[in-house]
Amino acid sequence: MITLLEARSIGKRFGGLQALTDVSLTINKGEVYGLIGPNGAGKTTFFNVLTGAYTPDGGEFVFNGSELPVGKPHRIVGRGIARTFQNIRLFRDLTALENVMAGHHVRTKAGVWGILTQNRRTREEERLTTQRAYELLDYVGIGRFAEVVSKNLSYGDQRRLEIARALATEPQLLALDEPAAGMNATETAQLKLLIEQIRHDGVTVMLIEHDVKLVMGLCDRVAVLDFGKKIAEDVPFEVQKNEAVIAAYLGGGKHAH
Amino acid sequence: METLIQQLINGLVIGSVYALIALGYTMVYGILGLINFAHGDVLMVGALTALQTMMFLMGVAPGMSPIYMLTIALMVAIPVCMTLGFLMERLAYRRLRNAPRLAPLITAIGMSFLLQTIAMIIWGRNYHTFPQLISTTPLQPIEGVFITPVQIIIIVASAAIMIGLSLLVTRTRIGRAMRATAENHRVASLMGVDTNAIIAFTFVVGAALAAVAGVMYASNYGIAHYGMGFMPGLKAFTAAVLGGIGNLGGAMLGGIMLGLVESFGAGYIEHLTFGFLNSSYQDIFAFIILGLVLIFKPTGLLGERVSDRA
Repeated sequence: MITLLEARSIGKRFGGLQALTDVSLTINKGEVYGLIGPNGAGKTTFFNVLTGAYTPDGGEFVFNGSELPVGKPHRIVGRGIARTFQNIRLFRDLTALENVMAGHHVRTKAGVWGILTQNRRTREEERLTTQRAYELLDYVGIGRFAEVVSKNLSYGDQRRLEIARALATEPQLLALDEPAAGMNATETAQLKLLIEQIRHDGVTVMLIEHDVKLVMGLCDRVAVLDFGKKIAEDVPFEVQKNEAVIAAYLGGGKHAH
Repeated sequence: METLIQQLINGLVIGSVYALIALGYTMVYGILGLINFAHGDVLMVGALTALQTMMFLMGVAPGMSPIYMLTIALMVAIPVCMTLGFLMERLAYRRLRNAPRLAPLITAIGMSFLLQTIAMIIWGRNYHTFPQLISTTPLQPIEGVFITPVQIIIIVASAAIMIGLSLLVTRTRIGRAMRATAENHRVASLMGVDTNAIIAFTFVVGAALAAVAGVMYASNYGIAHYGMGFMPGLKAFTAAVLGGIGNLGGAMLGGIMLGLVESFGAGYIEHLTFGFLNSSYQDIFAFIILGLVLIFKPTGLLGERVSDRA
């Protein structure tokens, strides 16, 4: 098994709140890796540190054998990590197509000179970007909405568009932050198929999710965070039986999902 | 009738210049939510740099054709202003990107004073005659209506620049990244856009437009001095607010409309006030408009979403 991402002792503190303590984990190429835990356990913080939105206070990420740059989100995207957001964050006034094309920005090169002269390379690049964007919209199943301004899409379609935009960056690791949040059973089932397809097409997936059924059915391995610490990491079946995990979820009284 | 057409032409000319300047304001506002009050002074630097270049050329190559001379002057003024725009962003505004909104605003005003003072030290406090290299002999397309070749060039060049800019923003990779950054620069960077580069690019483009506008403005009026950027800067800001700040089409529309209102106002104010006010009061129109827009339609004509930025 080849290691794709290794998090080494990641720590993050917000004032008096230790959001992440010494979190280490390893994601292998080609797997679907789940990150679960009660609300406030630090899952999204972990995503934010990984993708460069926050600077970690300690530790480092090794991706594909070399360390990730700190505090340069666009360079981390360039290295091959893309994400979606728990609360949808599309470019609301851009069309679905433009959102996906914007995601492809990091893989294209046309500079000011190319754009001013509209040379052949620039035009070819733009044509390929457009074509790829249409393909990705079809891939996530919203091809017919390409020209729709994204804020006018339905909630489920906006979630799909976020995935298409993330895929447009050509990631090796796709980090999905609660992709099923707010979806009904049918939409969740379709999402599961989509994630399986993405994995099948060679992209490693990291998943934060509250829908236990989805996590257990989809993930190869699961890590559990509680109060910013990793308390378990195993295959789903074992994690479900882990006493520390049960305590974390049930200990608070009402966290059975 | 002749007066009407004449004022229309005058309005279009000055409106085109306002539109070019307003674009710089509105692009920066769109992407950062910052009103760059030093923008008018970039225009001044552009005009004075062009003037300096022309003086130099007249010294070393007196026989040079005026068109070449003006072109070279622009080729010097534009990069100088672009560098200035880049440095302003890099050295001042970037550090304040996450500061409370008032901090960058005050900094922009300070930057404006700084540029004026530096210009005053370099070029002195006097009004300079800006060489009118392109013929200012008016043509008379219609009996009683005058338009100078400079004015024709101003209208045509502004239109071309505005079309080019629209294409840049709507059809190209960089334009897309600019719009993405304008909507949410944190998300844009998490999606792989180098937002610092895009923001710097926006400042640089705005400054280039200001340089061109500065040369146009000085050519049209035939004078240049260190404080010349203040009034057109303020009026272009008004134009940007009128059109809906943050909106490129709005800046163009607002600029042209403001130019027309000012020009018609100046043409007819004497009749309207029975001789009490004359055309030297033309400046009041811009600010009456600013007041009215802010009271009745603060989002401007084409703007929709200023509220979530302000």
